[in-house]
Amino acid sequence: MKPADVLVIGAGPAGLAAATAASRNGCRVAMLDDNPAAGGQIWRADITRPHDEDPARAAAIADFHTSGAALLPGRRIVDVPSPSTLLAEAGGHFETYRWDRLILATGARERFLPFPGWTLPGVFGAGGLQALVKGGYPVAGKRIVVAGTGPLLLAVAAHLREYGASIVTVVEQASTLQMLPFAASLLRSPGKLLQGAGYRRTLGATPYQTGCWPISGQGDETLRSVTLTNGRRTWTVECDLLACGFHLVPNTELAQLLGCTLQGSFVQVDSQQQTSVAGIYCAGEPTGIAGVDAAQVQGEIAGLAAADCSPPPTRLLARRAKEAAFGRRLTHAFRLRPEVLKLASQETIVCRCEDVTFSQLQTRSNWTDAKLHTRCGMGPCQGRICGSATEALFGWQLTSVRAPLFPIPVSAFCDESSSLNAPSAR
Amino acid sequence: MPDFDLVIVGAGIVGCACALEAARAGLRVVIVERGVVGGGTTAAGMGHVVVMDDSPAQLALTAYSRSLWRTMAPELPGGVEYESRGTLWIAADDEEMAEVFSKQTTYAQAGIASQVLDPRELAEAEPYLRSGLAGALLVPDDGVLYPPVAAEYFLCEARRLGVVFLSDHEVVRCGKGRIQFANGTSIESERILLASGASIDLLPSLPIQKRKGHLLITDRYPGVVSHQLVELGYLKSAHKLTADSVAFNIQPRLTGQLLIGSSRQYGDESREINHAILRSMLERAIEYMPCLKGLSGIRVWTGHRAATADKLPLIGPTADPTLFLAMGFEGLGITNAPGAAVLAIDALLGRASIIDAAPYLPSRIQQEAVHA
Ligand SMILES: Cc1cc2nc3c(=O)[nH]c(=O)nc-3n(C[C@H](O)[C@H](O)[C@H](O)COP(=O)(O)OP(=O)(O)OC[C@H]3O[C@@H](n4cnc5c(N)ncnc54)[C@H](O)[C@@H]3O)c2cc1C
Ligand SMILES: Cc1cc2nc3c(=O)[nH]c(=O)nc-3n(C[C@H](O)[C@H](O)[C@H](O)COP(=O)(O)OP(=O)(O)OC[C@H]3O[C@@H](n4cnc5c(N)ncnc54)[C@H](O)[C@@H]3O)c2cc1C
Repeated sequence: MKPADVLVIGAGPAGLAAATAASRNGCRVAMLDDNPAAGGQIWRADITRPHDEDPARAAAIADFHTSGAALLPGRRIVDVPSPSTLLAEAGGHFETYRWDRLILATGARERFLPFPGWTLPGVFGAGGLQALVKGGYPVAGKRIVVAGTGPLLLAVAAHLREYGASIVTVVEQASTLQMLPFAASLLRSPGKLLQGAGYRRTLGATPYQTGCWPISGQGDETLRSVTLTNGRRTWTVECDLLACGFHLVPNTELAQLLGCTLQGSFVQVDSQQQTSVAGIYCAGEPTGIAGVDAAQVQGEIAGLAAADCSPPPTRLLARRAKEAAFGRRLTHAFRLRPEVLKLASQETIVCRCEDVTFSQLQTRSNWTDAKLHTRCGMGPCQGRICGSATEALFGWQLTSVRAPLFPIPVSAFCDESSSLNAPSAR
Repeated sequence: MPDFDLVIVGAGIVGCACALEAARAGLRVVIVERGVVGGGTTAAGMGHVVVMDDSPAQLALTAYSRSLWRTMAPELPGGVEYESRGTLWIAADDEEMAEVFSKQTTYAQAGIASQVLDPRELAEAEPYLRSGLAGALLVPDDGVLYPPVAAEYFLCEARRLGVVFLSDHEVVRCGKGRIQFANGTSIESERILLASGASIDLLPSLPIQKRKGHLLITDRYPGVVSHQLVELGYLKSAHKLTADSVAFNIQPRLTGQLLIGSSRQYGDESREINHAILRSMLERAIEYMPCLKGLSGIRVWTGHRAATADKLPLIGPTADPTLFLAMGFEGLGITNAPGAAVLAIDALLGRASIIDAAPYLPSRIQQEAVHA
């Protein structure tokens, strides 16, 4: 019998673990990712410090390579031309991929919430700025405010300091009280937060204010200052950049395009990480925001299941349950306070692609209504940014996902000449 | 006494236009919709307001409706994005050029302005079209608009005149002066106007078939296309009754985005994208305008037209004296909404219409088909 062809989408911790497990168990595996190197968000390669290798990343990537799985980087899945093919864009040309088993490990992205000034140049996503810095964007000497919510803020602040930025402050909207249960679990395993670099030592010197949040950014051409509040008092700090994110939301668009059922905002999976569509598995952040350890164990289970090694070892199941519990504490600790959902003024832009303001959206009844009548979410980002904001702000459930997942040239829908069947790349 | 003189089922552009017309006639109206206003086929359409001369009746209704759009134009809110850029009917060869001339004659007889462009003039008007085309007919008074906002505009005007709107209300039964909702409640009314677009669940015997279409929208490229472009071969495509077909059709939006169409398919009621059809549709477009290849496409979607055998809508009374129709607009419901609304309310009130309403009467098809 011909070994099963397994295609893994996303080369973060979940994808790496899945590909490794499937390949070790006899499958022919190819893993695609839109970045130039494997690692995903947490282990994003740093072009400025190629030798600063994180041991966990190094181990995962070494395991992946010795398993014999193939890495196909620089490829972004943009469409699902038929139920069993994926269309990938690779530096301007297009490739078609088929599979016997598909593992989706597409990770998460940051949530942005609109407030006056959030669209000014100089305002970045927290993880987004971190990624830029790893790509060579200089922050040395820059005064940076880090704001929003989630464990990512501290990791980002520490990272930016390493690169010579001066962190004005880190403001976390969750109160100390709300974060307590989470802090306790961090104390039990501090590595969880700061995996990815040795910046633990820099963290101590960073001001961290809980129960505080940004209410506006000021500046004419670019950001000059940020106004912060703790609900009782309001103050303004000068800065060059604001790195701001309100925790993470799952990348479920590809799963949805493939017809996988969602449960709430997440991809629904069974005990083997299989989605509602037979032969399609999902692991990591799309199934729940629970950090790198959850991503790895889910990935391994998915990889084993795709290789027909079932049931999964109880040791993995136990670890997955433990990490899921960590994820629930995380979600609870960093839940949004009502105040941060009311920061936008009437004129604040919510959808940047189509310039839709808060007041235009206020009168709409749901996401479809808003899309149709204001064109919110109809621009090139397809609602990836404003959709998670309106979900938080108005409680709108995002409805259908439309192809393509990312803008592609019109000819890409026609072109069959560059088709190739993978994962025979090995 | 019932609370309403008229219940309208369906808040697409047709139902909304009817609501406004009925309110203007002094009727007490409730309009009910299972989803959101303009969320049906109206959300999928291209918004080309176009005079078509497929048949004398089609010419009469599109010309009348277009004149109503042009009268309304100054009052339309900015969000409707109404623009009168003019249609270019593009002829690829001499055979199609002969059609250009006969089309011009037909239009002239109907008082519709048009102008024949030779290849050089066509290239000047639309420099990105491929070379070697035979010419075109410019119909300067045709327009384009953004349909969901136009539908909502009609609805808002109607509500200002007292019309009641119920969204998220699915009707499960209608006829004999009564409509019933999925939640069990019902409304009685002397008259019911069914404007449910391509969905005929409420009256399965209606001679309407779903005809699926695909569209793609690009990122913003202001200046690439200046007119509403349609290949003359489109007529051949739109008229085919059976086979799947595609035709080159581009509508520029105010933002510089281009809507690229179009396809026609029977027998596929799903909303899923058919990549084979999509491919041939886009290949056709690229054939006419090679630069489209490199433009960034941001979204593809589908919609269902409500097609009748003679390609004319069903407007007017049925065998059930309480039940009236305003459906079956195929690919012209955006264009025809204002004219159809006048005809429908005329029929309801027993008034004479400004154009001959006979060709659109549901009774023309098959008597028994429109029995409730
Ligand atoms: C911007 C950002 C920064 C983060 N930084 C940290 C950090 O410093 N420390 C920390 O503990 N946690 C961080 N996290 C959280 C991190 O996501 C999780 O801890 C963990 O890495 C999740 O692993 P994963 O494999 O599920 O997803 P990811 O690591 O996100 O991997 C998913 C991969 O799939 C790729 N992908 C997605 N869609 C497609 C597609 N259509 N085609 C091709 N490839 C695709 C993505 O580019 C990505 O490489 C960050 C998250 C984000 C969003
Ligand atoms: C791809 C494509 C391109 C097109 N391009 C153009 C163009 O350029 N120009 C043009 O003039 N036309 C165009 N059309 C046609 C045009 O979009 C339609 O003719 C028009 O939108 C029909 O409007 P409607 O109000 O009849 O139907 P719809 O917009 O479908 O409205 C019917 C409404 O009734 C509601 N409804 C149905 N059943 C029930 C029920 N049981 N209870 C409650 N509510 C119900 C639906 O939810 C819906 O909102 C195009 C169509 C397609 C598909």
